Amino acid sequence: MLPLHSRARVRGVQGRAIVKVLTEDEAIRSKIDPGRCLIWLDRRDGNKPVNVEGRFAGTVTDGNLEGELAAGISVDRTDVPGVVAPGDVIRLMEGSARVSVLYRRGSNSNTMLATERCNSFCIMCSQPPRDVDDGWLVEEMLATIDLMDRDEAQLGISGGEPTLLGDDLLVVLDRARRLLPNTALHVLSNGRRFADEAFARTVCAVRHPNLTWGVPVYSDCPEIHDYVVQAHSAWEETLAGLYNLAKLGAKVEIRVVVQRPNVERLGELAYFIFRNLTFAGHVAFMGLEPIGFARANYEKIWIDPVDCMDRLRDAVFFLANRGMNVSLYNYPLCVVPAEIRPFSRRSISDWKNTYLPNCGGCMLRDDCCGFFGSIDSKWVSRAVSPVAGDALRRGGTLNYGRQCP
Amino acid sequence: MKAIFLDPTEFESPSKGYEVLPFRHARLPAVPGQVLVTSGVGEYLFLSEQEFDKLTNGTLETGTQIYRDLRTRQIVCDAERGPFLQGLAAQQRTRKRFAAEDPALHIFVLTLRCDHRCHYCQVSPRRLSERGFDMDDATADAALDLVFESEAETLTIEFQGGEAALAFPRMRRIVEQAAERAKAAGRRVRFVMTTTLHLLTDEMLEFCRDHGVELSSSLDGPEHVHNANRPNATRDSFQRTVEGIARARSVCGHDGVAALATVTRHGLRYPRETVDTYLELGFDSISLRPLSPFGFAVKSWRKLGYASDEFLQFYRDALEYLIEVNLAGQRIEESYATLLLTRILTPFPTGYVDLQSPAAAGRNVLVYNYDGGVYVSDEGRMLAEMGDDRFRMGSVHDSLAELRQSDAMRIIENAGDAEKLPVCSDCAFVPYCGADPVFNVATQGDPVGHRETSEFCHRHTGLFRIFFELLSGRDPDVLRVFLSWMTRRDAVDLPASGYRA
Repeated sequence: MLPLHSRARVRGVQGRAIVKVLTEDEAIRSKIDPGRCLIWLDRRDGNKPVNVEGRFAGTVTDGNLEGELAAGISVDRTDVPGVVAPGDVIRLMEGSARVSVLYRRGSNSNTMLATERCNSFCIMCSQPPRDVDDGWLVEEMLATIDLMDRDEAQLGISGGEPTLLGDDLLVVLDRARRLLPNTALHVLSNGRRFADEAFARTVCAVRHPNLTWGVPVYSDCPEIHDYVVQAHSAWEETLAGLYNLAKLGAKVEIRVVVQRPNVERLGELAYFIFRNLTFAGHVAFMGLEPIGFARANYEKIWIDPVDCMDRLRDAVFFLANRGMNVSLYNYPLCVVPAEIRPFSRRSISDWKNTYLPNCGGCMLRDDCCGFFGSIDSKWVSRAVSPVAGDALRRGGTLNYGRQCP
Repeated sequence: MKAIFLDPTEFESPSKGYEVLPFRHARLPAVPGQVLVTSGVGEYLFLSEQEFDKLTNGTLETGTQIYRDLRTRQIVCDAERGPFLQGLAAQQRTRKRFAAEDPALHIFVLTLRCDHRCHYCQVSPRRLSERGFDMDDATADAALDLVFESEAETLTIEFQGGEAALAFPRMRRIVEQAAERAKAAGRRVRFVMTTTLHLLTDEMLEFCRDHGVELSSSLDGPEHVHNANRPNATRDSFQRTVEGIARARSVCGHDGVAALATVTRHGLRYPRETVDTYLELGFDSISLRPLSPFGFAVKSWRKLGYASDEFLQFYRDALEYLIEVNLAGQRIEESYATLLLTRILTPFPTGYVDLQSPAAAGRNVLVYNYDGGVYVSDEGRMLAEMGDDRFRMGSVHDSLAELRQSDAMRIIENAGDAEKLPVCSDCAFVPYCGADPVFNVATQGDPVGHRETSEFCHRHTGLFRIFFELLSGRDPDVLRVFLSWMTRRDAVDLPASGYRA
């Protein structure tokens, strides 16, 4: 679990710098502007001089940069070994020791923050919205796209609510379309702004070849959905938005965070999705992430996942038996009945993914999503315990395979 | 700053009032104490008598799960919010999509000549040597022009007779030309040949294999039933059909040939044996087709016919046996069950042309007779053979637009919307059913017809009662089998039924 933000000795930065970390060999071969490259110095090479001609923006290493180094940026003495590595895109600030990884080569979950603003106020939000002027994030997303590996398989955009960027979102999507046409782009949005058909049309006009909108529908009941997102008429707006997206040929995924207010009618939600949102390419049922508003609203939202499993099993099979793609996110496999384990994904982003001390002895660990790093005992199901080999052999058939995009 | 969160009650509809949306209902004798309610787009729920009373009296409590279930199915809506119109519109648009589409199914009646004299034949077959009952080149060419005038996404050309194999050179020519035109235009064409299989040589089968012609045959059940129904000169139709199936499979592959079973009085007593015959021959699909009161069959009705209830009993027995067989691990679907269940349990459109509303006759299917006449359906052509040519749309030399302007289509359009027909308009099953003005004319002399004495109505309401009765039991195993048919999988691959809505 490598954090996104760490500290180091940062020298020579003017203002804000978003730079790509590369080995000198790769940097020389790369088409990236040398002025936006930091050269990676492997500690094992000792004090081999790099960037002597000052051709690149600077140098970075896990260890100590000493001796004859050219001018420019230097980053060393990182407090977490390996937190920065070749291929990564990082942000540095003048006068700050903070090193933020905006893109990590080899990560399963590179996500760009579009804005901290949101038009919903979900009771279990893991990233509580802040009403701040954060327009600079758009520039940061554009710079990240410029510097990312062109062969990256996937990239997420999250918030806040990305559609609040309006036209700026179009610019970002278009840049991704031009520079990363082969990268699957996954944007998390509550979909409400797409109720405005003209806006939906403008966004879809970007014609990104591989873009999925992950949109939450928490209930078949408007009052339950609206309560979860703390906004009147949100259910109607989200559904209108989904229909507009579908009409425009956009790919959508329905995301259901399972929690106390909506667990009772999970089967009816599956029914509703099948009848009305049949066009959804994927439906994900997700466990809670214990951070942000979720922690403040523990009493309102917590229900032990093991107590949700009968209903989850019913909802999952309801949809899968009718040919829809279904996944389970964020539920450790020991809590999930064997029959529906084939629907579980390793869904937790690597930078916040952890396992419990007991997990070491579990036969399922390698396939398990594990836990969020923010977990503590009251967010752990009473059913969590290592699965032994013989229990595994007794498990159900695995006919469904991995269907998730 | 501490965040403030509102309570759930803040999001409930303020008046707690509701409105009832248009729905239909039915009480099923086999499901006592419950009332089936269905919405305009075919969503359904079983209510207890008390719940049903409350629903209609306006006294349902809006916070209850039953209220929410009804609202999710758009049988009620919150007074303030109104109906979820986009959901209704999307479902209706999807279900009725076929109504705006061009004809996809194009039936070529290549010849009336046949080597069989089936008692129930709809075609008035001709002797093998008779002249003047085959389609000529000019007719075939003009019909093919009509096929390609249609903008349907996938075109299906079905060859019928008589025995289509007797006109194989004609069929070969049409297939080759159609394939060429499809390739040039980037269109998709399927070919289906209705045949007894008896007369197909290896060379013919190889042609079918190479051009993707699917074979559709008749197999009426066990040997004695099949031979009684389908006499040929040598009285060995069953044996020759079984041999034909094997031969066709050896050339075209196991899935290259399908079969359907017409149920006559002879077959009524053998539901299980009929299914077993299909199982023994390795079919994963069976179509149990009732006797149609057309053509030859009218004359033979006393000998072969039966009341709808007798067919329904047969069907039910066969269905229950099929469920057993599937649960034991052998996949075999009944294709009409798959059709009706898809309508009941999904929002998807289904393409079956004999049970649509608006009626698909002449709209989604065209029948090109050997003599150049174009008919709204096979039954429409039969009626003409019997002297009533009101369903003749015109000739193969007319354009699609001209055919659509025909008097035949006026009749279909005026009597083809089940939702508007007397009795049908109030029927709980109408979202899943269809209208068949041609059948009504053939059996009752009038396109609108009279439901009370309609065999079509008795049979279909009976079938819907069977399926809803089985669904009301919420038996997970029955549901697994039904779902496996709808999604073309083995029931054993569905470990659980899932939520039983």
